[in-house]
Amino acid sequence: MSAWYKKSASGCSASTVAASPARAPAFRSAPNIDWLAKLRHLLQTLAFCLAIAALQYAFQPDRPYEIPLVYSLAIGGLTWFCIDFGRHLFPSGIDTGWPRGLSGLALPACGMVLGYLGGTALANAWFGRSPWNLGGMAQLRVSVGITLLAGIVVTWYFYTHIRSATLLAQVNAVRAQATESQLKLLEVQLEPHMMFNTLANLRVLIGTDPPRAQAMLDHLIAYLRATLGASRSAEHSLVDEFARLADYLEIMAVRMGPRLRFTLELPDALQGARVPPLLLQPLVENAIRHGLEPQVGGGQITVCASTLPSLAGTLLVLEIADTGAGLDTSLQPGPGSAGSPGTHFGLAQVRERLFTLYGEQGSLKLIAGSAGGACARVVFPLNFSAA
Amino acid sequence: MNAAYPRALIAEDEPLLAAALKHELAQAWPELQVVASVGDGLSAVREALALQPEVLFFDIRMPGQSGLVAAAELADAWPDAVPFPVLVFLTAYDQYAVQAFDAQAVDYLLKPLQSERLRKTVARVQKRLGERATAPPLVDEALLTQLRTLLGADARPSPGTAPPDAPLRVIQAGHGSRIDMVPVDQVLVFEATDKYVRVLTAEHEHLIRTPLRELLAQLDARVFWQIHRGVLVRASAITDATRDEAGKLQLRLARRSERWAVSRMYAHRFKAM
Repeated sequence: MSAWYKKSASGCSASTVAASPARAPAFRSAPNIDWLAKLRHLLQTLAFCLAIAALQYAFQPDRPYEIPLVYSLAIGGLTWFCIDFGRHLFPSGIDTGWPRGLSGLALPACGMVLGYLGGTALANAWFGRSPWNLGGMAQLRVSVGITLLAGIVVTWYFYTHIRSATLLAQVNAVRAQATESQLKLLEVQLEPHMMFNTLANLRVLIGTDPPRAQAMLDHLIAYLRATLGASRSAEHSLVDEFARLADYLEIMAVRMGPRLRFTLELPDALQGARVPPLLLQPLVENAIRHGLEPQVGGGQITVCASTLPSLAGTLLVLEIADTGAGLDTSLQPGPGSAGSPGTHFGLAQVRERLFTLYGEQGSLKLIAGSAGGACARVVFPLNFSAA
Repeated sequence: MNAAYPRALIAEDEPLLAAALKHELAQAWPELQVVASVGDGLSAVREALALQPEVLFFDIRMPGQSGLVAAAELADAWPDAVPFPVLVFLTAYDQYAVQAFDAQAVDYLLKPLQSERLRKTVARVQKRLGERATAPPLVDEALLTQLRTLLGADARPSPGTAPPDAPLRVIQAGHGSRIDMVPVDQVLVFEATDKYVRVLTAEHEHLIRTPLRELLAQLDARVFWQIHRGVLVRASAITDATRDEAGKLQLRLARRSERWAVSRMYAHRFKAM
């Protein structure tokens, strides 16, 4: 009893920090036991036992209610204890939360045998004798039958229950993960520093140069619309991609003044090429934030598209070249640019998208420029037909 | 030196925002003369030293060097005879938790500028300038403490002095085709130069490429003290600190013959008990 109590006390604190069931599979030792769930299981088991005792009493109203009650509680409780705690000794299936393979069947079988023998002994001790001896063999058959039937029903009930709870937790975890990564992407694209500085510029222009303010606002609207809607379409044409980059660069050109010069070079033949939406956006942001912004004199950004023949078919090559601070610093936030956790995330996100869409045929390379600066080069199969 | 009207310097890299601040200041504080407007952290220090204005508006994120680093450098180089300007930082996004310093030695303004907020700041700056007319302070301690905290928050994940999780134990310094393994326990000084960091032991000197900023994050701040923007010294190796005729602190280290200048920013460590 004291061991049980201690276990539960230490378990309680553990359960508050326990990982979700889906992330904590197959523990051999020190399992994360959810004590609230255990209590719920115990109460459900006890309710079953009471129901069985009540049924027995209904069939044999001549005998005192206490006898089936005590036997039912003792056998049921012990069986529950053996099975519900015993299952933590086995590696459990990730999608069922129940011991895998043969042990999944052997566990309830052993639990029922132990529960029956132990529970009967307990109940006998409670009464100081065996009040069921009167019935002899017939009574033994009845009680073994009841134990077996109730054991199977209750075990099946818990098995399906735990399984659906485990699956639900898994689905929720996956959903949370997807939401989290989507949020992070948005946070990088709608970086507060960029947003507030842009708004500050707009606020100034509204007073001094309303037509220019309107033009800037139009670019900002297009930028926001593209950023917020990018996840909804699988691809768009290269001319659209370049138009979105132009929106962003126009906004930055107002902010940075003569420090930012840019050219977008898109051959007519490639205008209709299909590309993942806003694939290049993080690369242009990188070129500005880590290439041009640290430089007092600013610099030039050139975005261009070309093709490259290969064995597997024609490849589309997109390059973002800058004359900025170069690669050494482009990957490390400098003192003035602390709080730019988006860099690695941005590059990683482009790589991940390329890999998901094109496998080995898609690549992103960062190349140090010969005269300072850096160039990001994205290569993937050229495709003109809409998916 | 005290001009009839206070003078200000604006350091802001976005030209429209700099012009707007100047314009808003003209309305909120007509007497204030904006004597210069620069677009990067290096010119900010140069111009501030040349013009010695009473008020500084520094954007935090600027090319060249950040407004925080520029302010620290300025605090070091500022002449003793002239009171240090009143500092106001500008930032678009509050990544430095500057609001914790509200109404203290350093004020800040969030962009986009709000006229109401700017008027409050102007009132505060005027009050501070009025106070110093009666009791002119030198570079005041509160300002230095605040700059240190802001710079610390900039350079390290947590400004606390707790040692990092995985402290650096060995410095791997390249010498041509050889790599020298220098135990950190033997290092007396890390000194940043243009491209490298000099690593000095009692007998040897090594050059490494890892920026001082990164080393700082991996070294125990209780073992290595920063005494200058670009210098870390082993605290236990310091033998004495003396003030020269100009009032500058100089350190001597056991087993090294050089003298090491302590910048104003870090002079607070060296006080008699």
